[in-house]
Amino acid sequence: MNLEPIARAHTIAVLVDNEAGVLARVVGLFSGRGYNIESLTVAEVDAVKRMSRITIVTKGTPMVIEQIKNQLGRLVPVHAVQDLTSEGPHVARELALIKVEGTGERRVESLRIADIFRARAVDSTTHSFIFEMTGSTEKLDAFIGLMRPLGLVEVSRTGVVAIRRGASGFENGKMARANGDERPRAKKQRVKV
Amino acid sequence: MSEYQELTGAEIVIKALVDEGVDIVFGYPGGAVLPIYDAIFAQNSLRHILVRQEAGAAHAAEGYARSTGKVGVLLVTSGPGATNVVTGLTDAMMDSIPIVCLTGQVATHLIGNDAFQEADTVGITRPCTKHNYLVRDANDVGRVIHEAFYVARSGRPGPVVVDLPKDVQLSIGRYAAATEVAHRTYRPRVKGDSTKIEAAVAMIAAAKRPLFYTGGGVINAGRRASELLTELVRLTGYPITNTLMGLGAYPGSDPQFLGMVGMHGLYESNLAMANCDLMIAVGSRFDDRVTGKLTAFSKGSKKIHIDIDPSSINKNVPVDIGIVGDVGSVLDDILKVWKKKRYKPDAKALKAWWKQIEQWRGRDCLRYRKTADVIKPQYAIERLYHHIKGRDAYITTEVGQHQMWAAQFLRFEEPNRWMTSGGLGTMGYGLPAAMGVQVAHPDALVIDVAGEASILMNIQELSTIIQYHLPVKVFILNNHYMGMVRQWQELLHGGRYAETYMDALPDFVKLAEAFGAVGLRASRPEELDDVIQQMITTPHPVVADIVVDPDENCFPMIPSGAAHYEMLLGPEDAKPEISAEGKMLV
Ligand SMILES: Cc1cc2nc3c(=O)[nH]c(=O)nc-3n(C[C@H](O)[C@H](O)[C@H](O)COP(=O)(O)OP(=O)(O)OC[C@H]3O[C@@H](n4cnc5c(N)ncnc54)[C@H](O)[C@@H]3O)c2cc1C
Ligand SMILES: Cc1ncc(C[n+]2csc(CCOP(=O)(O)OP(=O)(O)O)c2C)c(N)n1
Ligand SMILES: [Mg+2]
Repeated sequence: MNLEPIARAHTIAVLVDNEAGVLARVVGLFSGRGYNIESLTVAEVDAVKRMSRITIVTKGTPMVIEQIKNQLGRLVPVHAVQDLTSEGPHVARELALIKVEGTGERRVESLRIADIFRARAVDSTTHSFIFEMTGSTEKLDAFIGLMRPLGLVEVSRTGVVAIRRGASGFENGKMARANGDERPRAKKQRVKV
Repeated sequence: MSEYQELTGAEIVIKALVDEGVDIVFGYPGGAVLPIYDAIFAQNSLRHILVRQEAGAAHAAEGYARSTGKVGVLLVTSGPGATNVVTGLTDAMMDSIPIVCLTGQVATHLIGNDAFQEADTVGITRPCTKHNYLVRDANDVGRVIHEAFYVARSGRPGPVVVDLPKDVQLSIGRYAAATEVAHRTYRPRVKGDSTKIEAAVAMIAAAKRPLFYTGGGVINAGRRASELLTELVRLTGYPITNTLMGLGAYPGSDPQFLGMVGMHGLYESNLAMANCDLMIAVGSRFDDRVTGKLTAFSKGSKKIHIDIDPSSINKNVPVDIGIVGDVGSVLDDILKVWKKKRYKPDAKALKAWWKQIEQWRGRDCLRYRKTADVIKPQYAIERLYHHIKGRDAYITTEVGQHQMWAAQFLRFEEPNRWMTSGGLGTMGYGLPAAMGVQVAHPDALVIDVAGEASILMNIQELSTIIQYHLPVKVFILNNHYMGMVRQWQELLHGGRYAETYMDALPDFVKLAEAFGAVGLRASRPEELDDVIQQMITTPHPVVADIVVDPDENCFPMIPSGAAHYEMLLGPEDAKPEISAEGKMLV
């Protein structure tokens, strides 16, 4: 009997203070501790509170995934960590720009498949297209696979962004910071002059 | 309230440190911190201790912090000043020691230009600090320094770097009065989950072969945590073992204390770990020096783990109940539940368990062969203990066999009395750490138990020790070898002692004298007591060169890759075959 725990892909969302070096902290944590990153996206999501959201797709056994979440929670500028994969249903999307080159039948075929996949041509010359496509990673993979024999030139992908289904948001969801679901007030610091 | 003062960045640094209650800064000047040194010159609240190499400042701050429970502070210049503290920062990170390190940086407009003495300090120190900051505006200096102290001491303590560009030190900024900093993101959990605590107490009461396995986290949690631990252990009557980092959290001479656990821990401790039915881990992190081969680690036990850092729980060893919280707070709650529900331990089972433990104790695993003509290192430590017992003493160590013998043979009755580099195992830690301890406790007896190889790594700090009249004692177990490495070569590499013989050693007595310290030497057992006595009673810095048996090895030992119950108890134990897997583990 094989009792080796299975490594599964998890999509993890991390809400961070948008301060200098925060991405380096997160990436350094993954490389330094030997966790793998399958995709990573980051952008500011709240300009007033200066918060960014990082979405990471990683792979690991349940014990490793728990470590990853706890290690992320340990980083000082991290507000909250959410394991979207294990905390109920979520929506995940990726965007890709796909450049395909060809003429004649190959060109027509690529356009036909793009139509089926609901990819949009956002640029075209007489012998090339750039398709824009949004969808799950698997859907993008499938489309790109089909384009390969038809003259695939290059691909640019955003990596996965994801969000939990339903009405509740990040902060009022159950999982706040990994290091405690209770948030005692920080020790008061009085500064006398 | 928006009362504030306008000061230079450098003045704000000093003001913020004083407001944090800092009285001592260990440091070394240079171009990029000159404005801060100028501000130090102009005041009398902070005392600056000038070390001889920045590494010394880092370990001194660690020694200061560990022996007082306060945050240690150091100040160094940019570039080489900052890179010289990387080892000390990593050491503090591994051992959860709260220190704040202020580094100078080139002016902001020069950052990234390969300017003179520029180093990417925040980049270099990111993985070896709990957090670090580059301050780009004098208005932020005060807030950042207060935040740095908060981060260093809260939750799982650790080192924090604040990088201060020279223009920021020179320009005018606001230092706000009476601010209340509730950190935006970092709020570690202190109180344990009450449901889990109740379940844990029930489990503790029902145990037949229980064992407390406690570590450095108890010491991090402060004196009160040690008192609560002692109360709980005595109330239950259960046996307790400590990690290397946890020594002193429970009185070392108490009969319920089994001694240190782990690779060079006591036989009875390791066998109790292997055979217990309930392990209560308190502020200890299941380090590989303790668990040995993970798949064979205490398979029959249920485990409770109390730790303030969720990432310590279920990291190496899965546990049944993991309680995130401060040791002090959680132990307090455990005691309350235990008393309220009037739990009683299973007296009959406990009696049988202690009977078994006494049998393991009967092996007398620290036994060694005494000799009349050479000093055995264990004997030297035993005699040292005899002379310092009951005194107001603090011990630091370097890294190697001498460190392990000190851990085995010295017993600590209180926390904060034992300073050693556990996680990183930094040779050269002990002397500067002792210096930091002595600065904090000027009248105490502070002894660095050293090896002749390790002591040479930061020997320059003897000069600092002389300058500030710090009566630190250095007790060198001089075996002419990097003994710990030689022991491994014996075990793993057929006794081929590649580069572990310490040739061309200095004459430590003359070396001490050259620095202005007192040098002593003992080469024969009958000289030992006199030398120790003299060392202790001399009111000056002393280096005692204790010439010991060069061939002695440190036992018990769990060979690498072996299970924690497969211990070698002495040289007479057949050398085991070390698996290829074992050879890969250091
Ligand atoms: C040559 C050599 C040999 C060694 N041999 C041994 C050996 O035989 N036995 C041995 O034990 N070690 C040995 N060590 C040391 C070993 O490498 C580890 O440093 C040590 O075992 C770790 O101790 P610890 O588990 O107490 O954890 P620490 O490193 O002290 O960590 C403390 C833990 O407590 C937690 N904590 C901190 N503050 C709090 C708080 N307020 N409340 C709750 N939790 C808190 C932290 O999150 C962390 O998990 C050796 C080291 C060297 C250099
Ligand atoms: C900075 C550093 N370099 C190398 C090592 C590896 N190492 C561990 S113990 C040891 C030998 C220590 O020799 P000594 O100080 O004489 O102590 P002994 O073991 O002989 O008591 C070495 C080289 C280390 N721990 N730290
Ligand atoms: Mg030696």
